[in-house]
Formats: sequence, C-alpha cells, structure tokens
Amino acid sequence: MFAYIQEQDFDQGELYAQLQSQASAKTIGNTGAIVTFTGLVRDFNNAGDIDGIELEHYPGMTEKALSTLIDKAIERFSLTSAGAVHRVGRIYNNEQIVWVGCAAAHRQAAFDGACFLMDMLKQSVPLWKKEFKGDNSTWVEAKGSDDAAALKWMSER
Amino acid sequence: MQITVKTFAQTREISKTPTLSIDVVVDSDTEATIAHVIAQLRELDRNWALALEGSILTAKNQQLCDSSTVLSPGDEVAFFPPVTGG
Repeated sequence: MFAYIQEQDFDQGELYAQLQSQASAKTIGNTGAIVTFTGLVRDFNNAGDIDGIELEHYPGMTEKALSTLIDKAIERFSLTSAGAVHRVGRIYNNEQIVWVGCAAAHRQAAFDGACFLMDMLKQSVPLWKKEFKGDNSTWVEAKGSDDAAALKWMSER
Repeated sequence: MQITVKTFAQTREISKTPTLSIDVVVDSDTEATIAHVIAQLRELDRNWALALEGSILTAKNQQLCDSSTVLSPGDEVAFFPPVTGG
C-alpha cells in the first residue's frame, strides 16, 4: 500500500511497478489484474477557460485520510495491493493531478477498487481546488453528483 | 480548556485566521464539544461568524467528526468546506 501527497509530478510507470511489486510480494502469482486511473486538469470549467488549479490541503490529515481509504479498499475488494498519489500546490492545464492503482486476482475487484477510491477520495480526503486564470482565482464548489457517487458505495456494502 | 483551531480553503480566507489557540469555556458540569467551539468563535468577530455559516466540515485531531464530538485539552480542531479533491 502507498499513499503520497506531493507537489511534484509523478511517473505512472514507476507507480505501476511499485504496485505490481507490492502485490506480488504479498501473494506470488495471485494478481491477475491491475487497474489504474489518472486524473488530469481540464482547461475549461463552468466560468470559462482557466490556466490551471491551485490545490490546498490539510497537511497530516490528508495523508492519513488517503491511507485509511486505501486500507478500506484493500479489505473490501480483497485487493492484493493498492496505491494512490495526489498532487497539491499549483498545477497547470493538462497536467496529471491524481493517480490510483488497484491490483487484484480478477479484473472486477480491481475496477471496483479504483472506482471506490476515486469516489470516496472526492468526499473524505481534505483537498480543495481553486481554479485560476491570470491573477483571478475561484474556489471549486463540491458537486452533488460526487456526493451521490460516494453514497452509492456506502449503501451498497 | 486550551485547544488549537485550524481552518482551510474558503473557511480560512473568510475567517482570516489559519490557526488560533483558544480557551474553550464551559460550565464545570458540562463536557466541551465542537458545538461550544463554534458558538465561541462566532462571538469573536463578524469574519468568524461568516466563515462558520453554511455546510462546514469539522475534524478533531485530523479525523472527521460532528458538532457533538467531545473535546480534551490540547485537541486540534479544524473547520473547512466540503472537499473537492480528485
């Protein structure tokens, strides 16, 4: 399991290798599926085009909340390993912002684990986005559709 | 009872106070809760009153909690808007 909060960009290949080696260290030969997801900064929002986003977080709690979430995903979907990276600070359009990876015996658990991590991350990890264009910036409002996605996992159990 | 208060994002900007140490005052037969802290902060000034309006999440010692959560001396209490990561 790994959970990183960092300002610098990340390398998907390195993260994939780390996830795979952790999974095989735990259960040799039992990982039949790895699903990864990467989120990018879009160059357009409700108010028009933007230059990028500035991400604020709660140092200490962010890392703990993300680790707790990954542990839950591993337990719930019987993953052989899982990991996530979320960037903070200033991130420009089209750059990578978040990555999650789940390894499991079969594909459905790996897909479900990755969806669960993203849906729950959007509701329980203390990160806040502010979109900026030039010197102007606007906080992103939490979306009802994100709440609904997280609630689905909470009620499905 | 002394505790540390932290704020983030809009709540930090509106309160104009990223961190604050406050003495939570309650009757001797009452346990101090997050609700007491909110009531006390609202009385501090208009910025705090505005910052704590609407849907605000709370955390005690870096774990999400609600307004009935009981506090101990030295606790870290945080107020912030719904999160928007991912």
